[in-house]
Amino acid sequence: MAEASELPRLAERLRSFPARPGTKIMEVCGTHTVAIRRSGLQHLLPAGVKLVSGPGCPVCVTPDRFIDEAVALARQGVVVTSFGDMLRVPGSRSSLEKERAAGADIRAVYSPLDALQIAGESGKETVFLAVGFETTAPAIAAAALKALEKKISNFSLLTALRLVPPALQALIAGDTGLSGFLLPGHVSAVIGRQAYDFLLERRLPGVISGFTAEDIISSLLLLLEMNNKDIYKVMNNYPRVVRDNGNEKSRAVLAEVFEAVDAEWRGLGAIPVSGLQLKPAFAALDSRRRFAIPNETVRPRRGCRCGDVLRGLIDPPACPLFNKSCRPDRPLGPCMVSSEGSCSAWVTYG
Amino acid sequence: MDKILLAHGGGGSKSAELTRSVFQRFLRDPLLLEMDDAARLDGLVFTTDSFVVRPLFFPGGDIGSLAVCGTVNDMAVMGAEPLYLSIAFIIEEGFAVAQLEKILASIARAGRESGVRIVCADTKVVEKGKADGIFINTAGIGRPLFKKPVEPKRIRPGDAILINGPLGLHGVSVLTARGEFGLRGKIKSDVAPLWKLIKKCRNLDIPFMRDPTRGGLAQTLNELTHKKKFGLRVWEDKLPIPKKVAAVCDLLGFDPLHVANEGKVVMVVSRRDADQALKILRRQPLGKEARRIGEITVENPGRVVMATRAGSERIVMPPVGEILPRIC
Repeated sequence: MAEASELPRLAERLRSFPARPGTKIMEVCGTHTVAIRRSGLQHLLPAGVKLVSGPGCPVCVTPDRFIDEAVALARQGVVVTSFGDMLRVPGSRSSLEKERAAGADIRAVYSPLDALQIAGESGKETVFLAVGFETTAPAIAAAALKALEKKISNFSLLTALRLVPPALQALIAGDTGLSGFLLPGHVSAVIGRQAYDFLLERRLPGVISGFTAEDIISSLLLLLEMNNKDIYKVMNNYPRVVRDNGNEKSRAVLAEVFEAVDAEWRGLGAIPVSGLQLKPAFAALDSRRRFAIPNETVRPRRGCRCGDVLRGLIDPPACPLFNKSCRPDRPLGPCMVSSEGSCSAWVTYG
Repeated sequence: MDKILLAHGGGGSKSAELTRSVFQRFLRDPLLLEMDDAARLDGLVFTTDSFVVRPLFFPGGDIGSLAVCGTVNDMAVMGAEPLYLSIAFIIEEGFAVAQLEKILASIARAGRESGVRIVCADTKVVEKGKADGIFINTAGIGRPLFKKPVEPKRIRPGDAILINGPLGLHGVSVLTARGEFGLRGKIKSDVAPLWKLIKKCRNLDIPFMRDPTRGGLAQTLNELTHKKKFGLRVWEDKLPIPKKVAAVCDLLGFDPLHVANEGKVVMVVSRRDADQALKILRRQPLGKEARRIGEITVENPGRVVMATRAGSERIVMPPVGEILPRIC
C-alpha cells in the first residue's frame, strides 16, 4: 500500500491522466463501490473515464425467490440465521425483518459458525442462509464439515452461493462497451489471479485491487495505462493479501463440500456453473431437502432496475424508483437494501 | 407502519419516522415538538432517558454509569448544570442482588462525579423472561448556566465544529463485550459525565452542543443541518477515529461515524471563540484530545459534506436501519 502522504499525489495523477475518451471501467465488487464513493474518487476521474458498478454484491444478485424460501422456512417455526444485510431485503411478499417483528425466530449472525452454535444451543431446527461469493463460501463449507463432525443434526444450509468468474464471463459475452475491470480483492485472495484469464481472450485488462483510496487509485491508474497502450493483462495490485494462485486450502474445502451448478442471478438471469450447491454426501445439510418449501411464482418487482444496475448498463439515478419510492430507509430493490449495493452507495455518499 | 421493528429504536431515520408518524399524532406539546435533548422550562431544563444496554457490564462502564451520564449529558449539552435526577428500575425476577449492588455503586459514583443529586426513585419487578435482567429510566432537572443561549438559530457560516476526543469507543466497546462476532478485546467505553468539561466553556459563544450517542456523529451533524439554510463540512483527515475502532468497523461493515459515543460533545463555536474553546477543552481530562473537525458553510445548505483525504468530497448521511441494537 502507498503511504498515506502519497494520497494527494496519486489523486492528482489520476485527475490529470491522459485517458482514452470513452473509457468505461467496471468495479466488480460492492465493497469497492462503497470505498470509491466514501472517498469521492468518482469525482477525481480524468475526462472521458467512467466507473460502473458490477454484479459483486451478494445481497443484490440473490433472486427474490430465495427470500421467499427463507420467509417460508421462518413461518414453519425454523430458526433462520443470516448475515444482517439479508434481513431487510423485500422478497415478493415479505422480508425477514418483518417476519421477525411478527414473531419468527430470525437472528443476524456474522459467521456461519455462530449459526452452528445457535443450532447446538437451541436444539431447534436452524437454517443458515448461505449467501455470498468465493469469499464467504469457504467459511460456510467449514461450518458444514463441523456440523457433520460434531453430529449437529438440526443444522442446515439454504444455499444461494455464487461464483464471480462465470458471472463476468456471461457479462462480457455481450456487448458491454467495457474497457477493463477493477477486480475484487477478497474474492481473488481465494481464487487467485489465473481465475481471470478468460478476460484476455476478450482483450480486456483487469487489476486486482485492495480497498483503501490509495489501492483503488493506483489500480485505476494501472488499468488506464494498459488501456492506453492496448496491453491486456490481469495484474495483482493487492499482493499483500492476494497470492497469484490464491488460497488452495480454501478451494480444497470448497471442493470437498460444494459442487458448481447452473444458477440464477438477479439481472443476469441463469448463468452456467455459476452457483454452488451441497454435494450429495452433504445432502442431509440441505434445507431444500429437509423441509417442504412451497415453490410459488415470484411476482416481478415493478419498475425496479436493479438488474440493469448490476450489469453496469445504467447508473442508479436512471432507475425511475431511485431515491423516490426506493430509498435506504424503505428500500424496494436489493441494490438499495445492501450497504454494498450500488444504489445505496449513491444515496449514502452522493 | 404496523409493527415496531428494532430499527425504530436505533436513533436513526426509522426512529424519526416513528416519532413523526406515530408519537406526534398524539403528543403535541410545543416543548416536546422542539425535539431538543431536553425541554426548556422557565429557568430550568427537564429531560428523560431509558437504558437497556446489553451486556449490563462492559469495559469502561455499566448500565448504571450510562443511566446517570446519559441524562446528565443531555442537560449539559443544553448548557445546563444538572441538579436533580430521578431513577427507576424494572428488574427481572431472579436478578442477583450482588449485580444490583454493583450497578448502584456505579450510579452513586457517576452521580458524585457529575455533581447531581439523585432525589427520587422507583422499582418494579417483572416475571422471569419478561425483561432482560434490568432496565433503568432516569429523568433530570438542570439549570441553564451559559452566558449566551445555546440555541441553534444563532449558528452562522464560519462557525467551527469541535469534538472533545476520539469517536466510536462506546459502541465498539459494547459490541466487543458481547463477544458475538468472535471479537474480543478490551476497548473501553468513553462513558463519562460531561458537565464539568462543558461548564468551563460557559462564557463562550456556543450556539449548539450535542452528545453524539446513538447514530453517532453522522446522526448529530445531520440533525443539526436538517432543513437549515447552512451546510456543514467536516475534514476526513481531522476526524479522531482510533485505529481499533476503525478495524472493528472495517470488519463488520460499519461506518465509524455511525457508532455511538457516551462521553463526547460536538460543539458549534463562533469563529471568534473557537481557538479559546479548544484551549479550554484541552486543559480538561475529558478534552485533552479535543480538535476542530469542520465548519459551518454557506454551500450545501441542509447537508453534511466530508472533504476526503483523497481531495474529493462526499455526503455524510445519517445511519439507516438497525445499526446496533441496545447499545445504551
